[in-house]
Amino acid sequence: MALVEFRDVWYEIAGRTILASLNLRVEAGETVVFLGRSGSGKTTALKMINAMVFPTRGEVLVDGRRTTEWDPIRLRRRIGYVMQEVGLFPHFTVRDNVGLVPKLEGWNEPDIDQRVNLLLETIGMPPAEFRSRYPRQLSGGQRQRVGVARALAADPPVLLFDEPFGALDPVTRLELQRQFLELRRDFQKTSIFVTHDVREALLLGTRIALLAGGRLELVAAPGEFRYAPGEEARGFLACLEN
Amino acid sequence: MSTDLWREILERSAEHLLLVLYAIGVAIAIGVPLGVLLTRRPAARAWALGFANIMQTVPSLALFGFLIPIPWIGGIGKRTAIVALVFYALLPILRNTFVGIVSVEPSVCDAAVAMGMTDGQLLLQVQLPLAARTIMAGIRVATVTTIGTAAIAALIGGGGLGVFIFRGVASVDTAQILAGAVPAALLALAADWGLGWVERRLAPA
Repeated sequence: MALVEFRDVWYEIAGRTILASLNLRVEAGETVVFLGRSGSGKTTALKMINAMVFPTRGEVLVDGRRTTEWDPIRLRRRIGYVMQEVGLFPHFTVRDNVGLVPKLEGWNEPDIDQRVNLLLETIGMPPAEFRSRYPRQLSGGQRQRVGVARALAADPPVLLFDEPFGALDPVTRLELQRQFLELRRDFQKTSIFVTHDVREALLLGTRIALLAGGRLELVAAPGEFRYAPGEEARGFLACLEN
Repeated sequence: MSTDLWREILERSAEHLLLVLYAIGVAIAIGVPLGVLLTRRPAARAWALGFANIMQTVPSLALFGFLIPIPWIGGIGKRTAIVALVFYALLPILRNTFVGIVSVEPSVCDAAVAMGMTDGQLLLQVQLPLAARTIMAGIRVATVTTIGTAAIAALIGGGGLGVFIFRGVASVDTAQILAGAVPAALLALAADWGLGWVERRLAPA
């Protein structure tokens, strides 16, 4: 059974078609990258997985259940979410930000502390130095690391990434992309990742789903994607040449 | 000045402050929940903010005229005065609660929802703490203006420092007017300073 499945998913709003007949299965352990331009529908597709947006036609299944049948609160607590603006709580310390979902899930404080410390170690931010800091006392890259740690906190089987590294400088971005690959090796998560950066897609994806104007143009492993036909794919691949 | 006058100044100041405290207490109890509700019910927004705006433009004397004949809340005395003061204090508190909540960084609210917070958790753990400073500023402005407006309570037997002012005006006695105006000004300054201190200690917006 696919962990996440799109079945003939459409999304129309105010007479505009944002997504048209999207069909896709995401199996456990994969990193599927939605690659596309701005307005291609990739973020809308992502937000359907954790019930932030519902299809106007068709259905999205998580663990074999329609998102409309899930209690959205329970569904979202099983799905980690990382976004470009990070969205850390400015009035919470790093510890409380990372420990948010465990706390909502009613873990006791020592367990939360232990989990937060482990995750901070994993992302290369020593707990002794960072756990009591506030988000404003961190660099952009550190904030996004904390954002990733927060998404991993309650050990969700699925992680969603909405252009998480888009606002970072190129050096920090590469560091975080490498860390993403390490985390995937260590935690064995299933990820769905949205980006408009073809390099990032080729580096991180196990499969690339190319969206154009709300339609799924093609799905290919990075190795095949490099030789993919079609105008949109060639357009993205041309970005690699300079 | 006689000790009698000093004693009356103290008594009237306490009475004045009590009127203000009651009015602000009620205005907070109505304004904050209503402000929160407006962030959840976009349809009611224009209606409620418009109503509060209009209430502020009604002259206080006219408002008393309207209130006095109304059963339960009307009549002569402190209760009518407090009701009128609540109407004036409501707008800054309501508006700042609403504005404070809607100006919380959208990405922070998105993250809260995506992490699986319920609406109540979003409100209590994220939106209200981050709006606290703005809400407190509304309460401070409402309190300072209400300390000034409360002088008119004396007109309908509500007591307070306005008693001196109206007595002084009627008998052309400057000392009496000052006996009401100076303590009222000092109360307003003290409230502004004290609530401003609390405001600065809340998390920055």
